[in-house]
Amino acid sequence: MITLTHVLALSGILFAIGVAGVFLNRKNIIVLLMCIELMLLAVNFNLVAFSRFLGNIDGQVFVFFILTVAAAEAAIGLAILVVLFRERSSIDVEDLDSLQG
Amino acid sequence: MFPTILFFIFAAVLVCAALGVILSRNPVYAALLLVLCFFNAAVIWVMLDAEFLGIVLVLVYVGAVMVLFLFVVMMLDINVEQLRKEFVGYWPLTLAVAGFVVFAMINVIVVRHLGGMSLRSAAALPAGYSNTRTLGAALFTRYAYPAQVAALILLVASIAAIVLTLRQRKGAKPQNIAKQVAVRAKDRVRIVKMAGEKRP
Repeated sequence: MITLTHVLALSGILFAIGVAGVFLNRKNIIVLLMCIELMLLAVNFNLVAFSRFLGNIDGQVFVFFILTVAAAEAAIGLAILVVLFRERSSIDVEDLDSLQG
Repeated sequence: MFPTILFFIFAAVLVCAALGVILSRNPVYAALLLVLCFFNAAVIWVMLDAEFLGIVLVLVYVGAVMVLFLFVVMMLDINVEQLRKEFVGYWPLTLAVAGFVVFAMINVIVVRHLGGMSLRSAAALPAGYSNTRTLGAALFTRYAYPAQVAALILLVASIAAIVLTLRQRKGAKPQNIAKQVAVRAKDRVRIVKMAGEKRP
């Protein structure tokens, strides 16, 4: 049987991979967005597992809302990315320093 | 025993695909590997008796969000060679942070007992249990207002995405709808009264 420990360990590893991806991919905003999706997936894993093992459906409702917000975030993030690429022809994080003064 | 083996297989594929997402230099491969991640996650959620969310993950994430990602990746003409060349070496910091996250997580789940909750086995589901029905009942009664707020967020996001990427091209000849609607017959048609003429 799958125990709660199994799922939580898997979710911790996934979250760590997402964080590591944010640190590694400093060049490409698209991959950064994908890493954020990975971290959200890890959090959703936690909520689904706790919901199942507590016998309480509320966790899954929250996963539903997280999916909604993540879809909205991806849509707006990619739209900003397209505008950014149109302006600067680059999606390098290092180039985004116009607010630095 | 068999579900555990299945869980480990899918979890292994999931972790390998996630590593591939962050390590691949080509964003197209990263997006496709993320699709693989979502499929495996959906399978594991179904094994955790969350069928509805598993299907929603495949439909919404793989069907919509990842297609959007792939679309943008292929639309932007990214110089992959340059990305590959300028590989940034943050390995020590990366490993330290990721290791700490895993350590903290393992520490929490191994040492503590979580409020009397059984870590070993989930309570058996009652006969005739339907995950979708239970979720729907919660969503449309106790969480009715949050569900509407979520709908509003989606509306705002779609409008924002359109407004952000809308571009007025120079030299285009768009319609002016307001002008078209406001026009009256007397602006366009002139009625001329004249005497009848005799055919020669």
